[in-house]
Amino acid sequence: MKFTLSWLKEHIETTAPLAAIADALTGLGLEVEGITDPAAALSDFVVGHVVKAEQHPNADRLRVCHVDIGAGDPVQVVCGAPNARAGMKGVFARSGLRIPGTGIELKSSAIRGVDSNGMLCSSREMGLSDEHEGIIDLPADAPVGQPFAAVMGLDDPVIEIKLTPNRPDCLGVRGIARDLAAKGLGTLKPLDTTAVPGSFDSPIRVHLDFPGGDTAPCPLFIGRTIRGVKNGPSPDWLQKKLRAIGLRPISVLVDITNLVTYDLGRPLHVFDAAKVKGDIRARFGSKGESLLALDGKTYAVDEEICVIADDAGPESLGGVMGGEHSGCTPDTVDVFIEAALFDPVRTARTGRRLNVNSDARYRFERGVDPEFCAPGMEIATRLILNLCGGEPSHTVVAGAVPDWRRSFYLRPTRVADLGGLDLPLIEQHKTLEKLGFHATHRDGGLDVVPPSWRPDVEGEADLVEEVLRVASYDAIPAVPLPRRPVVAQPAVTLGQRRVRIARRALAARGLVEAVTYSFVARAHAEAFGGGGPDLLLANPISADLDAMRPSILPALIAAAGRNLDRGAEQIALFEVGPEYGDDTPAGQRMAASGIRQGNSGPRHWNDRPRPVDVFDAKADALGLLAQLGIAVDTLQAVAEAPAWYHPGRSGSVKMGPKVLLARFGEIHPAVLAALDVKGPLVGFEVYLDALPLPRQKAGKAKPPLAASDFPAVERDFAFVVDRATPAADVVRAIRSADRALIADAAVFDLYEGAGVPEGKKSVAVSMRLEPKDRTLTEVEIEAVAKKVIAGVAKATGATLRG
Amino acid sequence: MQDVTELESELLGRIAAAGSLETLEAERVAALGRKGRITELMKTLGGMEPEARKAFAAGLNQAKDRITDALNARKDGLSRAALDARLASERVDVTLPARPEQAGRIHPVSQVVDEITEIFAAMGFNIAEGPDIEDDFHNFTALNIPPDHPARQMHDTFYLAEKPDGSRPVLRTHTSPVQIRTMQAGPPPHRIVVPGRTYRMDSDATHTPMFHQIEGLVIDRDIHMGHLKGTLEEFCRAFFEVERVTMRFRPSYFPFTEPSAEVDIRCDRSGGQIRIGEGEDWLEILGCGMVHPKVLQAVGIDPDQWQGFAWGMGIDRIAMLKYGIPDLRAFFDADLRWLRHYGFAALDLPTLGGGLSR
Repeated sequence: MKFTLSWLKEHIETTAPLAAIADALTGLGLEVEGITDPAAALSDFVVGHVVKAEQHPNADRLRVCHVDIGAGDPVQVVCGAPNARAGMKGVFARSGLRIPGTGIELKSSAIRGVDSNGMLCSSREMGLSDEHEGIIDLPADAPVGQPFAAVMGLDDPVIEIKLTPNRPDCLGVRGIARDLAAKGLGTLKPLDTTAVPGSFDSPIRVHLDFPGGDTAPCPLFIGRTIRGVKNGPSPDWLQKKLRAIGLRPISVLVDITNLVTYDLGRPLHVFDAAKVKGDIRARFGSKGESLLALDGKTYAVDEEICVIADDAGPESLGGVMGGEHSGCTPDTVDVFIEAALFDPVRTARTGRRLNVNSDARYRFERGVDPEFCAPGMEIATRLILNLCGGEPSHTVVAGAVPDWRRSFYLRPTRVADLGGLDLPLIEQHKTLEKLGFHATHRDGGLDVVPPSWRPDVEGEADLVEEVLRVASYDAIPAVPLPRRPVVAQPAVTLGQRRVRIARRALAARGLVEAVTYSFVARAHAEAFGGGGPDLLLANPISADLDAMRPSILPALIAAAGRNLDRGAEQIALFEVGPEYGDDTPAGQRMAASGIRQGNSGPRHWNDRPRPVDVFDAKADALGLLAQLGIAVDTLQAVAEAPAWYHPGRSGSVKMGPKVLLARFGEIHPAVLAALDVKGPLVGFEVYLDALPLPRQKAGKAKPPLAASDFPAVERDFAFVVDRATPAADVVRAIRSADRALIADAAVFDLYEGAGVPEGKKSVAVSMRLEPKDRTLTEVEIEAVAKKVIAGVAKATGATLRG
Repeated sequence: MQDVTELESELLGRIAAAGSLETLEAERVAALGRKGRITELMKTLGGMEPEARKAFAAGLNQAKDRITDALNARKDGLSRAALDARLASERVDVTLPARPEQAGRIHPVSQVVDEITEIFAAMGFNIAEGPDIEDDFHNFTALNIPPDHPARQMHDTFYLAEKPDGSRPVLRTHTSPVQIRTMQAGPPPHRIVVPGRTYRMDSDATHTPMFHQIEGLVIDRDIHMGHLKGTLEEFCRAFFEVERVTMRFRPSYFPFTEPSAEVDIRCDRSGGQIRIGEGEDWLEILGCGMVHPKVLQAVGIDPDQWQGFAWGMGIDRIAMLKYGIPDLRAFFDADLRWLRHYGFAALDLPTLGGGLSR
């Protein structure tokens, strides 16, 4: 919402400086977004006195003017304006200035052989209007050499405020002045709303014509005919006023409706009465009807949309926009003025459906003062009579002002209890009255009726805000929140703590944390098991962000591709964030996922890098699980993984046969190709929500350390097994041979080739025996070894390698 | 029989002349070995008269001790020289690079969430969370934003496909639905902060379709706007790690709070960088207010018994402010150069005791 300082002062008597007004506005909740002084940009353009104007020797239409600019000799300017003449005062631009209306920098030059050192400017060249018939003609008493902007009254600061949607009353300058007056910045001036007597009955009558006599879509419609008006351009003062706030003057009749809209927040419409056929009805549209609106577009209407129609059909979209057909033109002689009320919800819906924005819609959907329908009509009538002449009819009225009165009780201590500010009730009362609320004392508090222009006030809390914002939020003393006793409860849940640990653990493993969008391209979602219809966005911001991600991996892989394009190497990225299995809260799960692309490290003089492989991803997954407190050696890695992984180089980490904790592996080459990213690329996904809860136990004490003082013994075995036999089966068989003695068993070599039969492999395992109570004898060790060999043979068909 | 002194001097001379540990060992055997010359002399002691033996033995033992010492000393010397020579041959160029290690990073959003968590945890808040895909009730209706309310237009909402029952899931436009979920889950009092992903159909130089918010909610019996001011001032001082912040609470409008306020913080924008806690400019950082009675009623809390405040602010935005990060869009681009530059080390764990940031 924009307005000028002088416009504001038409409504408030004040001596407050601009800065104080701006502070007060922001303090009231009418946030000042900017103050511009149009004169500041024009300060180099000065009043020039044309002391001599002679015919150009070489051009019929040009004159050579000598312009006194208050300093030095008069400047010679070649001017083509028909009104350039000796004795006049105009706007002089010296060479070197940029002309605001054209953006061109002025240079001294010879025009048809005569030197010209500046310019006398038109209104269009100054960016003030479209007027370019001649140069600006300033009054004879304009001070030569001084900036012209002040002479033309352009030194009027334009204030722009950002209005919250709850304050339709401030969509007119008067509402803003009222708030300022309540704040104590001046006195609200009276507004003349006396009725203009009509001299005849309006030939056009108005009707509300909704099914079942319902009047909710348009509860009140006041009309009036004024005959014998003269339309045309508005007077300068009105044009200037509208231009100052960025509106384009059209014709005096239209300009008057805009003035009343912005001055008083009262939208109006004027019909050319000659083009209205029969009476005017507010009714619903019907299928098949349409309207060519003032914005030049044709809108189809239906039974949901409130239209203003005559016998020929819809003439305007109620509360949104007028129609082209019955609009006013320069030839309009008889006008019909509409001052009506429209349902905010329906108006908003119509505007949204038809995608029309207008000053009227903006106001009606936020709520227009129902009591101001009639005064708005009278003010508009008076303006038309003053500026266009004519003879007004009596008003015609359909419907009535809807009942807006409601009362709320303000408890005497409520401003202190809720707002934290102690204010005497008398002061609260005064503030409310100044804002137009009507308050009466009851039971120590106040019964308060909000004014008709404040549809937003709907309870006691709103009254508290009114009192507080006028008193200033700054006055509320800041106090600390009451402390709670320090307890041993963490602020985060176990799940939240695991997320935090996962991030730090993966960063400590050398991966870089990314945060990517929760939506990906549908094709990418499909490649990772998602992209179902329940997780597609109905209104995506772009086609490549249209599906909720089923996995974090596609976004990370795509990011790896972007980083490769930028020349990055050894890419290691992770993200801890949500994945979406369906559209319910339970379908969202928290995953910690990462990728590695390229080599294990940079080229190094001593340490040869190798391409990343499935075991890097497995290490990340298991390393993370270990950091999360999971006993990794109780988990199984099995060769099962979904389709986005390499079928032979991927696996799942499970706890027991059912609980899936993680997946890892090389990404399937076809998936990489679809995402257009180069391999080798491995990834892992750890499902944080699937992790088991820590075992409940009393106290924080750890179990005693059971370290043995007797020497441990290491024995190595090489088993020959079928190539397809998982090494884990061999290791498991060894461990189960003697659970008390065997502390560890680890694969340290894998061999296929000469010396090992075709289709077989040799798995070398180191076993560690840790006796608890004695030193093992050779015989005992041999006995264990025998049990191991037999156990592995039984479990896997292995033979000991010769 | 050779004079002991003469023998000693000869043996000491040979020991001194030994140039390697091997020759030295040969000299030891020659002198003190089973058939060594000193050993041979020792063997003669048995056949001597007691008087003569006493004198001779004393001299011989002393000579033997001196030779043993000389052997040990020479051995030490030769060992040291051998080690010196080995070490000299093992010299490497220490200016060569060490084996490479990859340093990971923490994203600024995660870091700032941890910082905020630390501060509010100290004030007795718990961290609450909720789903990104919300229903109309939690995201709008319960927050006093009924259908067709103009405030719905403030949120350019992403919708999922319409369900058979006509409802349409939304991507939450703010973290406020978690207020509703928290208040539904248990009775007051409540003190929570809610960090999380939020979504609006907005994409330009300063907006991304996904961003992060942190929401706060306090519900208790005697909580008023003064507590709101106190809490947020304390938070801003702690978060921006400055002695003093000047804040301005401006009346504003949110459907779910009444009274409502927007909060600006004093800053200095000169020199192309924003400095908090000084200067003449204002910077809007959050919206807040007293929880609207209708919101409390929507979750079955009696607004005459309980009241409190709520606020919400952009995590990405305050991360940008605190750490001088210029472009919001870069937050979600996963550019390694950006992540390494603006990210944090794994062990940069913010704590109030140890400091929020380095």
